[in-house]
Amino acid sequence: MSEDFTAEGGHGAVPTEGVETGQGKPARRTWPLYEVFVRGKRGLNHVHVGSLHAADDEMALHNARDVYTRRNEGVSIWVVKADHITASSPAEKDPFFAPAGDKVYRHPTFYAIPEEVPHL
Amino acid sequence: MTVTDERPHHALEEGFDATIAADQRIEPRDWMPEAYRKTLIRQIAQHAHSEIIGMQPEGNWILRAPSLRRKAILLAKVQDEAGHGMYLYAAAETLGVDREELTEKLIESKQKYSSIFNYPTLTYADIGVIGWLVDGAAICNQVPLCRCSYGPYARAMIRICKEESFHQRQGFELLLAMVNGTDAQREMVQESVNRWWWPSLMMFGPPDDDSPNSAQSMAWGIKRHTNDELRQRFVDMSVPQAAALGVTLPDPDLVWNDERQAHDYGEPDWAEFKAVIAGSGPANAQRIAHRRRAHENGAWVREAAQAFADKQQAADKHAGATA
Repeated sequence: MSEDFTAEGGHGAVPTEGVETGQGKPARRTWPLYEVFVRGKRGLNHVHVGSLHAADDEMALHNARDVYTRRNEGVSIWVVKADHITASSPAEKDPFFAPAGDKVYRHPTFYAIPEEVPHL
Repeated sequence: MTVTDERPHHALEEGFDATIAADQRIEPRDWMPEAYRKTLIRQIAQHAHSEIIGMQPEGNWILRAPSLRRKAILLAKVQDEAGHGMYLYAAAETLGVDREELTEKLIESKQKYSSIFNYPTLTYADIGVIGWLVDGAAICNQVPLCRCSYGPYARAMIRICKEESFHQRQGFELLLAMVNGTDAQREMVQESVNRWWWPSLMMFGPPDDDSPNSAQSMAWGIKRHTNDELRQRFVDMSVPQAAALGVTLPDPDLVWNDERQAHDYGEPDWAEFKAVIAGSGPANAQRIAHRRRAHENGAWVREAAQAFADKQQAADKHAGATA
């Protein structure tokens, strides 16, 4: 049996043979993908919590409430179509963030101040 | 999302290996080996399907739960299972599959779900035992997955683990109420434990010396402990809990081993495990037929919502054009 199973998933052993993994191309047109952001409580930023599918914006909000805030995890929800998000590319990761890399003088610890000077 | 990194292959692989070696997380748009991606899709889809199929054995008892309190608890738990399925489908989609496609593969039996949900819930005590043992075993599996190397899966597991604790405790409390009841209730609990103990042990997968794929999953940081380590942990946790309930775990070989500082226990029936995964469990056909029916009966709702959204969009466009 050994070859047929991989490590267990959260709910038991996972067969490796004869299990398709899919192509990302559903047979029919499906509801668009929305990314969900939740403000946990007043004073905090909205944070990305996951995604869901919905036919329209309003349904996306309702689904987000039911999926991501069943235990009062939020006081405010944003949903945005995944297609509308522009992201930096992993390939450009190093050059993209390079401008900040060599500017140590932007950090307070760059500056040597005598210890006896207070409140600085 | 598609991979947009265009560095040469060996550089990509080195980057991936370095991230894993540093115990950092792989994120959706990072390059990853195809086998890593496929292993995760299989595992996350199997896990998502398990949550969704897992609603059936418990949903079976919502109307028959003995009080409004118990009905409300069970309803909340079944809703959580749906939510867990949604978190996991969302995580799977970051690997480039579509959840509609995953659902199709489930109802066509091209993808699997946990063998445990192919056993029927014959008595109300089963609801308590599923919370205690089945969700308990799931927690043993899932807590280490919160540190899985794939970011979206790890984050989904953190949310799920927080909620599983409620699942396990409500099950145990239900059983406590029953064992403090009548002789008939105590017998019902014992009979249920007898049926669920071995299938729960099987949830951890085959023994380590018969599980060569585990090594790759551990090297990739998908898996953190071996099947037998997790199974041992579950047995050691369950023994004092069974004692608190006054029930007997149905294993004559179950005994404390002072040298190992752990319990010795008997071998699950691996032939049964394999047969149930292959589709010969008591409820396989029923579970899939029910899921297929629900999916097909819901088709008109999905289509109507889409038609409404299209109409709204067209009306908005028209209003924008004439304004």
